[in-house]
Amino acid sequence: MDGFLLLIITALLIIGLAILYSASDQNMERVMYQVINIIVALIVMWVFSLIPPQQLSRFALPIYILGLILLLAVSIHGEVRLGARRWLNLGITSIQPSELMKIAVPMMLAWYLDKPEAELRLKDFAVASLFLVLPVILILKQPDLGTALIIFASGFFVLFLAGLSWRIMGGFMLAFTAMIPLIWRHMHDYQRQRILTLFHPAQYRLGAGYHIIQSTIAMGSGGFFGQGWLHGTQAKLDFLPERSTDFIFAVFSEEFGFAGILMLVLLFVLLIWRCLVISVNAPTLFTRLLAGSITLTFFTYAFINMAMVSGILPVVGIPLPLISYGGTSIVTLLLGFGILMSINIHRKLVQT
Amino acid sequence: MHKIQSALKNYVVELKKFKIRLAIATGLMLAALVILIARFGWLQIHQYAYYRTLAENNRVSVVPIAPNRGLILDRNGVVLAKNLPGYSLEITPSKIKSLKKVFSRLSRVVTVSPSDIRRFNRLRVESRRFESLPIRARLSEEEAARFAANQFAFPGVKIHARLYRYYPFANLYSHVIGYVGRINDANLNALEKAGELDDYRGSEHIGKTGVELSYEKVLHGTPGSDRIETDAGGHAVRDLGRTLPVPGDNVYLTIDSKLQQIANQAFGNYRGALVAIRPQTGAVLAMVSKPGFDPNLFVDGIDTINWQKLSDSPDHPLINRAIHSAYPPGSTFKPFVALAGLTLDPLVANQDVFDPGYYKLPGSSHIYHDWKRGGFGVVSLDRAITVSCDTFFYNLAYSLGIDPLAHYVEQFGFGHKTGIDMPGEGKGLIPTEAWKRKFYHKPWYPGETVISGIGQGYVLVTPLQLASAVATLANNGVIMRPHVVRSVQDPETGLIHLVHPVEEGRVNASQADLDRIRQDMITVTQPGGTAPGVGFNSPYLIAAKTGTAQVIGLKAGPDAGKRRDNAVFIAYAPADNPQIAVAVLVENGGEGGVTAGPIARKVMDYFILGKVPATPAPVLTGPTPGGNKSE
Repeated sequence: MDGFLLLIITALLIIGLAILYSASDQNMERVMYQVINIIVALIVMWVFSLIPPQQLSRFALPIYILGLILLLAVSIHGEVRLGARRWLNLGITSIQPSELMKIAVPMMLAWYLDKPEAELRLKDFAVASLFLVLPVILILKQPDLGTALIIFASGFFVLFLAGLSWRIMGGFMLAFTAMIPLIWRHMHDYQRQRILTLFHPAQYRLGAGYHIIQSTIAMGSGGFFGQGWLHGTQAKLDFLPERSTDFIFAVFSEEFGFAGILMLVLLFVLLIWRCLVISVNAPTLFTRLLAGSITLTFFTYAFINMAMVSGILPVVGIPLPLISYGGTSIVTLLLGFGILMSINIHRKLVQT
Repeated sequence: MHKIQSALKNYVVELKKFKIRLAIATGLMLAALVILIARFGWLQIHQYAYYRTLAENNRVSVVPIAPNRGLILDRNGVVLAKNLPGYSLEITPSKIKSLKKVFSRLSRVVTVSPSDIRRFNRLRVESRRFESLPIRARLSEEEAARFAANQFAFPGVKIHARLYRYYPFANLYSHVIGYVGRINDANLNALEKAGELDDYRGSEHIGKTGVELSYEKVLHGTPGSDRIETDAGGHAVRDLGRTLPVPGDNVYLTIDSKLQQIANQAFGNYRGALVAIRPQTGAVLAMVSKPGFDPNLFVDGIDTINWQKLSDSPDHPLINRAIHSAYPPGSTFKPFVALAGLTLDPLVANQDVFDPGYYKLPGSSHIYHDWKRGGFGVVSLDRAITVSCDTFFYNLAYSLGIDPLAHYVEQFGFGHKTGIDMPGEGKGLIPTEAWKRKFYHKPWYPGETVISGIGQGYVLVTPLQLASAVATLANNGVIMRPHVVRSVQDPETGLIHLVHPVEEGRVNASQADLDRIRQDMITVTQPGGTAPGVGFNSPYLIAAKTGTAQVIGLKAGPDAGKRRDNAVFIAYAPADNPQIAVAVLVENGGEGGVTAGPIARKVMDYFILGKVPATPAPVLTGPTPGGNKSE
């Protein structure tokens, strides 16, 4: 257990509950449900913090393969919910393999790239990329743009931290830029909508732009000190959709204002800083890469959500980590933190 | 060894590489964070006011509350226009796919008549800027309840609780008070231009004619507003505060409603007009224009059939004859011609004239007949007024010339608006040479001057002008501006603001001349005059002048009766201390003294003596035997 990390995480979780209480119109049931999610997640965290990283690395490949198979299974006869095929019915329960991949992919890549050889060569990165791209494509087809992006990002972070050549990255950026028209044509209508809405939300004020318009109004009207806890009018009066999940940051901003946001950001910063320290001090490449990826991924979650809610990125259905309502998200996150804690705890054992 | 060395080397280099990469990543994260915080600052600090307003607008809707319209009352407080509460059924056409279906389904719940549908369709054309329009006004409580129970089946239709304007005296005041009607696009455009649109938020009616129009600003009031917090579905959540509307002021007319009733009844079935004025102030005591119409029909938008009936009717009930219609005054013009003569050409005016029963212009063979065959022999100015000798006035007018005559009589208010506080006043016409050249591109003929002297030809006056002119005579030549509103009262404080009479000037006539003409007019209602019946049995002296004006230019045909002359009568009483001046015009009434005079007497009897006619006025029919020319 890492005391400091735990402290910050707990603080964030509590803030999350407080905001959830407001955003859900003081629905104690929802809050209680979230508390249960949190307890489950904390247990998972604790469990994973006890697993030494070496053990973990042994499971990297098998879990990855399992995940891939499950993803394939989903794409073949997964459950369709809300227009997306993301779930697999196992009789007793349904699982979402893409969630599994969120940790399986970086683990796999980190494991793969931690080779005994001195230098990592292009070939290694190529293979690693393949491991990354495969599940991402499968998830994109579900379709689940948000999760695909996150997994791609987490995998990319591993590659980046492992030393992916600048030239290759630059090359891909250029290639990507060149392909934008092609990508645009292949996008789903609603995805295109979301990007267009970003630039002209008012045009889509009653449709796709509604989210963004309402959330920027909610945020802006918070001012410096906010409207006060439980006093956010936009949220209370139903003007802010998805307010307990993706857009919970807007509720927070409205109620606690700029000052409140700075506090929240400070907590995030402290959390990430601590994770960065753990990453730097990690004993092996595997642990370093994994820790780094988890840290940067966490930042990505937070950044994308806050940017989306404040209208500088298109809406991509990504929750605010530790704050948004939703069980799977918290479990996955705390699982990751558990791994981080484990890496930190077990470092002394390896270094000697 | 080699392996360990390379492994160790890997470790150091690897770590370094990792640290660099992580540092770069950290740098990028910080940059991203800065951008994010800048964005937050922008939204919450820089644009705070803007977003705060949007948030407020999201949640607060301002609902206007229409003000109560001021009442209109007579001088004694009898209510002539009031507001009654009621329910209307309103349809929002933009929300309805098939109006026909809605009408037929509605008629199962509430009565929807074809005229209701006609009216609704008419409103749709006139009032495009209104979202919802009434299909039925004044639902009974039962109908309202029935609809409310079926409301769910009628999206786009709703009940609206409102105050309706109601005119309890209907036809009696249709022209004086006028009516309110629904605000249409033309009204909205005018309001917008005048910058008064905000005052009419929530209002559906506006004054259209009469006092309702001329005192619209006073009667309307100021709307209030309800600030209601709504959720995203537009549902009212709670009331945040209310600004009460300011009710419109009550308007007290100068009119005496009992007098008005008596005057109206006295007309019987005849068409025409009567205006009674208080000489000292110009206050209009009664103003009748017959036939009238029911103004209540107009309040919610008259339907096309009724409208057609009114506008196509040969009796033209929609015209305010009292102030708008211009008629030849006939012999009632003579006192003013006389004063013109006494003032401008006393020599001729004071000269006796021989009346053989006709008049001829020097050098012309055209004969202008006197109404009495054989004439009156030698007449003085005074006798000419008493018996209404035409020849004397043919001569006098000819001597004066049309332009001097015209300019003189205009002082009495002829030929231009009196400035009464009502819309739609007519100017009448006092012809001049210049006028004829302008409008007819022809020169003026002396013969036209001649007949102008007896109030025929091109001379046209409104009953109001006649009343005002005789009131001026009664008031010693001091002209008072006629007005119909006496005072305005603030309904909340009860404070009354009196309308001050306006003096317009004094006519150019000596006191002696005025007294002389007035004395002559007294003789008219006495034996030997043209209206002895009017003065008969009267405890007070009446000064008057009769007129029988030829109706020129009406077509022949089945309406032969319509070619009868108009009966005109002007008077004031009591002659020594005038309290009331009256002008009566009865269309196709024949002789002024016979038809119009008695009406004036009845009015004066009530006003001066408080005497109410015991029986309703007998209907006077048929032409009188004898002359059909001007008296």
